[in-house]
Amino acid sequence: MRESDLTLYKEDHDRVMEVIDRLYIDTAARLVVLVDKNGQQIVVRGDTEDFDTTSLASLTAGNVAATDGLAQLLGEREFTILFHEGERDNIHISVVAERIILVVIFDDNSSLGLVRLRVRRCTGQLERLFQSILNPVPRAPEIRGDNSRTLEITDDDINRLFGG
Amino acid sequence: MTFINYAAQEINCKIVYYGPGLGGKTTCLQYIHNRTLPSARGKLISLATETDRTLFFDFLPLDLGSIRGFRVRFHLYTVPGQVFYDASRKLILRGADGVVFVADSQPERFDANMESVRNLEINLRKHGFDLRTMPYVLQLNKRDLKRAMPVDELTRHLRFKDEPVIETVATQGTGIFASLKDVSRQVLGSLRRGAA
Repeated sequence: MRESDLTLYKEDHDRVMEVIDRLYIDTAARLVVLVDKNGQQIVVRGDTEDFDTTSLASLTAGNVAATDGLAQLLGEREFTILFHEGERDNIHISVVAERIILVVIFDDNSSLGLVRLRVRRCTGQLERLFQSILNPVPRAPEIRGDNSRTLEITDDDINRLFGG
Repeated sequence: MTFINYAAQEINCKIVYYGPGLGGKTTCLQYIHNRTLPSARGKLISLATETDRTLFFDFLPLDLGSIRGFRVRFHLYTVPGQVFYDASRKLILRGADGVVFVADSQPERFDANMESVRNLEINLRKHGFDLRTMPYVLQLNKRDLKRAMPVDELTRHLRFKDEPVIETVATQGTGIFASLKDVSRQVLGSLRRGAA
């Protein structure tokens, strides 16, 4: 079945960021990123100047996609956790709500055990949030707030974007 | 699958360059990368073999500008064209908003083109997409070669619906931005229709 488009409104974004901020602090991570399985970065917290987060999102999604393929070959539904250990930085990757990837990059200031524990604790919260984000109940525009107006693109807007 | 982020004021879309091996998909992305201002593009990532054949994908993020205060970002991907990398091709098509088919105009690659279009349709269907309704451009590449097949003949066999057919020479950049613009327009147009 075709996946629906993903729309992240301001209030949902803030709720997700609360969880991500807490995880970032609790794990003493360098970077925490949520990525859509298609490679789109959803939210990020941490040393964004030290990392190319757009490339990170794309490569992580590729990594998870390849691992999903391996899981299917072995008859597994999915491998929910990936871990890459480096000399300085380590990457912990987990899948949330089947469609979202949680990436935690950490160094010697943290540990794999701590990251696994904190990731496990926040996974339930993220799953609940993304269940409602990915399966939204239609709401009236006025209760979404000013920043969540319906995006209305005209042909003129598209023409202007391409300079003609 | 378009990702609209109201908090960051961004629209993110995914375009996939599809086609037979050695047809010029990676060259398209390299040309776009070279001819785009550094401020409007990210890093070009190529997951390739030691002989520069695409192993998994190439990736290029582009910033096209703004619509109604929203930054419009396109993520361009290529697939590995070689027949035996079908599992990888399928993975990369996931969440695609539009497809550019890069056909090789050389007569000896005609069968490979035909097989690749069929493969595209099948792999899209596995993701729940229908090529008939999807933003799509047919790019006839390598038009500078003397042995290139006539445009009419290639179009007759490879055109899937009424998609735009654009003649390109990826090594020189001819037609590359024209097809990118066309598929981008279609993607944003479908978003507009979807929002209506």
